[in-house]
Amino acid sequence: MGTRTADIIIVGGGLAGPAIGYGAARRGLSVIVLDEGDVAFRAARANFGLVWFQGKGLGMPSYVEWTLEASRRWPDFAADLEEETGICVAYRNDGGLHLCLGDEALAARRRHIGQIGMQVKPGEYDVGFLDRSEVQGALPAVRLGDRLVGASFSRRDGDCNPLRLMRALHDGILRHGGAYRPAHKVLDLSHRGGTWTAHTANGVFETPRIVLAAGLGLADLTAKAGLHVPVVAERGQILVTERARPMFPIPMSGIRQTAEGTIMLGVTNEHVGHDDTTTTSAMHAIARAAVTAFPELARLRLVRAWAGLRVLTPDKYPIYAASENPPGAYAVISHSGVTLASVNATRLVSWIVDGERPALFTSFRPDRFHVQAA
Amino acid sequence: MFRRLERHGAAERRIVTIDFEDEKIAARRGDTVAAALLAAGVDCFRTSAVSGSERGAYCLMGICFECLVEIDGAGNQQACLRLVRDGMRVARQDGAVALDPAKPPGGAAA
Repeated sequence: MGTRTADIIIVGGGLAGPAIGYGAARRGLSVIVLDEGDVAFRAARANFGLVWFQGKGLGMPSYVEWTLEASRRWPDFAADLEEETGICVAYRNDGGLHLCLGDEALAARRRHIGQIGMQVKPGEYDVGFLDRSEVQGALPAVRLGDRLVGASFSRRDGDCNPLRLMRALHDGILRHGGAYRPAHKVLDLSHRGGTWTAHTANGVFETPRIVLAAGLGLADLTAKAGLHVPVVAERGQILVTERARPMFPIPMSGIRQTAEGTIMLGVTNEHVGHDDTTTTSAMHAIARAAVTAFPELARLRLVRAWAGLRVLTPDKYPIYAASENPPGAYAVISHSGVTLASVNATRLVSWIVDGERPALFTSFRPDRFHVQAA
Repeated sequence: MFRRLERHGAAERRIVTIDFEDEKIAARRGDTVAAALLAAGVDCFRTSAVSGSERGAYCLMGICFECLVEIDGAGNQQACLRLVRDGMRVARQDGAVALDPAKPPGGAAA
């Protein structure tokens, strides 16, 4: 077990880490991705697959801006990825709907969208509303439930196949000469003379730059890099139907039909620690919401149900942290590994490799959680 | 191509009639839908959702999903796992299931 070295080492083989690794490998840097095993929580394998803009960023204008840039970069990102790897991630960008069941829900959604809109420059937040007949126009193949009164709509929203995205990122790293090492959980981290050393059960790795993107596995590691990064787990559950003919041409916040025909139904937000099991009560609630919106869905059989743990921070917004003394260690926590993949592969790489720190990263520093003595 | 093994009192089992693509097919009580269709000389149960090519029953034990048919209005039913019932309406599964808004909900109860 000799020492391996690379220009940049990524800890975590899900979506955030490999997006950075792919971007760095494209730039010609040597990259090694160190991943745990199937005992890890694997948030990237439980994803719903939305590339989503609308409704995000209340109380955090920088996140609206960051997500907007991500959505603008996605078409080129998906095209480059397919050209280089031959893997089509089934990216669609024809807009998306957030359905409102009942007048109260619609009013609440109008307030929520209006408040986010006031945080940004006038005219820059292009999220609009559709009434019931306009929703029917957008979804001509399905009958709407009686309580579906309207929806918010953004042309910036879309979706993709998140498993193919992960595979394409991994493949892209390998094609650019990088390496992926599964079963290499990082047990310890040390620093000497400008070099970070990652100790794994299967060898020692050295690098001037180390990026910690290990999701819920981050807690122990970040402290060793002098970074104090709070990580919060949030459970989400998803139901999947049998394959059906195309009936939903655009994704919705909790319902989307994949390119293969299955319909994914979501989703829950539960705080249950690291319990990633499914529950019948959540499945019941998800199914009920889906058939309330579209009664015909009751005729499709469910073929899968799963739960995953989102990787969040206490305020749900990302953390992008760089160590100061010694420098060279970075921590990345962002729930939206799919949506943000396009900026993680570009802007984050410029930050880590060239030191070009995006101005809005001031908002994503971990010290926003440090409580001062009153 | 397929013929019944007239053993173990099979001939004494009650005849039931099912409807396949608007034609009457005689089957025996206890037959699976797949067995009844094969005995009646049907070898195309469905068309592939991917290529459109014709498919028929293969494993006959619930594993391969090649024998999908529509039964009483509900699509994607495994013909090898369902027993015939007098008056049952069976149709070829044409590609992936379609949810026709004109049809009333509730047909999926297997």
